[in-house]
Amino acid sequence: MFSQPKTQAVRATCFHCGEPCPDAAFAQDGKSFCCFGCQTVFSLLQENGLEQFYQLQAAPGTRIRATSAAAKWAFLNDPAVAAKLLDYADKTQAKVTLHLPAIHCVACVWLLENLFKLHPGVGHSQVNFSRREAAITFTPDKIKLGELAALLAGIGYEPELTLGETEKAKPSPWRKKAWLQIGLAGFAFGNIMLMSLPFYFGLDRFNGPWFKAVAGWLSLAFALPVVTFSAADFWRAAWVSLRQRTITLEVPIVTGLAAIYLASAGEVLAQRGPGYCDSLTGLIFFLLCGRLFQKKTYDRLTFDRDYKGFFPLSVVRKNAGGEASVAISQLETGDHLILRNGELLPADATLVGGDACMDYSFVSGESEPVTCAAGSHLYAGGRQVGGAIEVETVKAVAQSYLATLWNHEAFRKPRDHDLDSLTNRYSQRFTKLVIGIAIAAAVFWLFKDAGQALKVFTSVLIVACPCALALAAPLTHGTAQRLLARMKIFLKNTLVIERMAGVDTIVLDKTGTLTGADARGVEFLKAEGRMQNEETKDGVLSAAEISWIGSLARHSTHPHSVRIAKLLGTSVLPVRHFEETPGGGIEGELAGHQLLLGSRTWLEQRGIIICSNRGDVAPTVSGKKLEPPHVGSYVLVAIDGQLRGSFSLENSLRPEVAQLLSQLGGRYELALLSGDNEREVARFRQLFGERAILKFNQSPADKLNFVRELQQRGRKVMMVGDGLNDAGALKQADVGVAVVEQIGIFSPASDVILDAAELPKLAKVLEFSRNAARVVRAGFVISVLYNLVGVSIAAAGFLSPIVCAILMPVSSATVVAFACGTTAWLGRGLQVKKLKVESSIRPSLQPAAFNLQPLAKEAA
Amino acid sequence: MNVVVVLILASLVVALLFLAAFIWAVRSGQYEDTLTPSLRVLGEDAALKKTIVISETKSKNQ
Repeated sequence: MFSQPKTQAVRATCFHCGEPCPDAAFAQDGKSFCCFGCQTVFSLLQENGLEQFYQLQAAPGTRIRATSAAAKWAFLNDPAVAAKLLDYADKTQAKVTLHLPAIHCVACVWLLENLFKLHPGVGHSQVNFSRREAAITFTPDKIKLGELAALLAGIGYEPELTLGETEKAKPSPWRKKAWLQIGLAGFAFGNIMLMSLPFYFGLDRFNGPWFKAVAGWLSLAFALPVVTFSAADFWRAAWVSLRQRTITLEVPIVTGLAAIYLASAGEVLAQRGPGYCDSLTGLIFFLLCGRLFQKKTYDRLTFDRDYKGFFPLSVVRKNAGGEASVAISQLETGDHLILRNGELLPADATLVGGDACMDYSFVSGESEPVTCAAGSHLYAGGRQVGGAIEVETVKAVAQSYLATLWNHEAFRKPRDHDLDSLTNRYSQRFTKLVIGIAIAAAVFWLFKDAGQALKVFTSVLIVACPCALALAAPLTHGTAQRLLARMKIFLKNTLVIERMAGVDTIVLDKTGTLTGADARGVEFLKAEGRMQNEETKDGVLSAAEISWIGSLARHSTHPHSVRIAKLLGTSVLPVRHFEETPGGGIEGELAGHQLLLGSRTWLEQRGIIICSNRGDVAPTVSGKKLEPPHVGSYVLVAIDGQLRGSFSLENSLRPEVAQLLSQLGGRYELALLSGDNEREVARFRQLFGERAILKFNQSPADKLNFVRELQQRGRKVMMVGDGLNDAGALKQADVGVAVVEQIGIFSPASDVILDAAELPKLAKVLEFSRNAARVVRAGFVISVLYNLVGVSIAAAGFLSPIVCAILMPVSSATVVAFACGTTAWLGRGLQVKKLKVESSIRPSLQPAAFNLQPLAKEAA
Repeated sequence: MNVVVVLILASLVVALLFLAAFIWAVRSGQYEDTLTPSLRVLGEDAALKKTIVISETKSKNQ
């Protein structure tokens, strides 16, 4: 039955988990395994008749590193602990829902739902694939909770426990309630429609007045639970908005609902007609459908975030050979990470070495950094201040958590709080206008024909259905955000698109943004006229000094430091009293020597005498001519108060930057900010054009002030930076774009995270955002046109229920189709990288990656 | 025209039955997770095939 790998060669892969087998020590039934753990699981499954696990997908297991000790889970046997986790328990059975992050394919679902075959104490188990949860019923007498957890961990599904945390709150209730609300509204809508149809076509004449009464009363009865239960959320939202003294879209909706219901009741009582309950329930039904559609879109977005490598960020992981930069989605628990100054901890971890000083301001709002001792627990979202530390992760990276952090209150733009977003602005005006028209029409009819007044008033409110208006913006923005995320451009929230469309000035940071970072083009130049000492005869650095500088540079994430560290190799020496001055330099004590690494002005402030009359330490080494137009930056080195020379870093621009700048230059005002000196002014003048503002020697505070000044002059500023020296400016700007690379550090101050490789697409992205804003406006125009037609008919007193019932869903459907369709069509030009993104996903995390090949073979 | 009343009542009873069925379905969690059942069915299919194969071989052996 098994489609077993017959090649028992050196390159054999584990039959259980698919990882390469280091040696042939673990083999059974002609199948090879990578470790004892995997082999144990295989024999366990085989003994219990669960071999089908391996037929559903090739190598479906997760790697079992070590057979997990049952003692690890023993604490769960404590009744007090178990009570926190159990959903339900009595003497004979208990039920628990466990989060098992390892669930990744159809075979997992099958195996976990056949768990009862592995242990007699396990009863029914049911998997929720999208939430990666398994609900398991078991008999506490036969298997304790701790034993159950150990059993799951033993077959590769280690439960992730959230003991005593608030996360225990289940996210399900809204779904159940939303379905019930929609179902009820749809049910009432359909049935009332059936009874109303005869009236539309005048067929009620055949049945006499009693039919009118029956239909009216039945409609009222059906509509009552719809108005109270299905529309409950609208009532609540309207109440909240009124208490805050604002008018949101919900206010006219509920006013309309109440008015229509009361008017219908009045009509039925007076035996004048069957009322308008058909329109009323239809309105609520379509509103709820629109809302569900919206929520589904958002859910999809968060799912993509969680499982599709949302952030293109990486951290430095320590492995046997040294250090390597890995994407955070590839991290596993137990990994050792190196966290440098200013870097954010992506997952909960314990401190292994270094002086940790964690800044939890993003997490707790507490701005005072906390000093932690070795072995202490560090929480995800903390930012290291000071030298590099080594940590061991104890939890998996929760990308959704980082996303939450990104949207933290502290990083909100003040404008988000204003009613500045398109929808709010339009809906405020719209709402007031509709209420105004309704009242005016009612007053008019009051004098002309008092009986018509209430009818006209309500019909204006109904026909002016704002649901199309409410849908246009979220749907367009949601679609746009998703398209951009596919090409590694991540927006903090949908509001960013609107702000991006309004930008008229683009400020670019130089280092790390326009220039890349690799070790090429870095050179050490000795200081001129310096006294030579015995140790270093020719003034060049000794091997020990090189390793000091390398070790110091390792602690910083600044592109210059990274390049120097790459040049000087991987030596790791302990650094004491590490300190980084953003925009200045880094300092620290190594082997009793005081090292300074930074810009000329910063070193001068620290009392270093720089005996050179040139702009920088003049490069006169080995007869190389490095006079202008040589382009590059200099980082000066001083050891124990003595200037030793400088590193010359040749600045190679990222590819296509020139093209990007010329594309942007036509439409936007450009500015360049750089912490470096003016050496390269001519080169950048050429790139940026005559009008652009070029500023050099800028400190982080200068950058922030520059952005603020522009804004005070009424400019909408987009700041593009690397998120380290310009975090303040990124936050101040209307749109802050953080350009990240392999050395990407997560900067919650930014609104957009852009993969450095995608930088040349910035012009296209801006164009796309402008178009998206246009789509939203066009959506508004469409819905306003529908409303104009509807409102004028209603105000004229010709409200016919059938017109109302047709106009309303058609207008919503048009807007939805228009918003999604046009945005997707506009984004088609951006889709080039789609395949590449898909392939970079870890195969085990692909939600729909179940492999049908084994099944197909069997069928054949 | 009494037949109309009878028809309306009959249709109402049927409609209410369906509403009750819908409420029961939502309450029992059938709308909670719409992805897993689509995966589960693949596993069941394979299990079924396997039992068929086994029973066939058994019958051959007999």
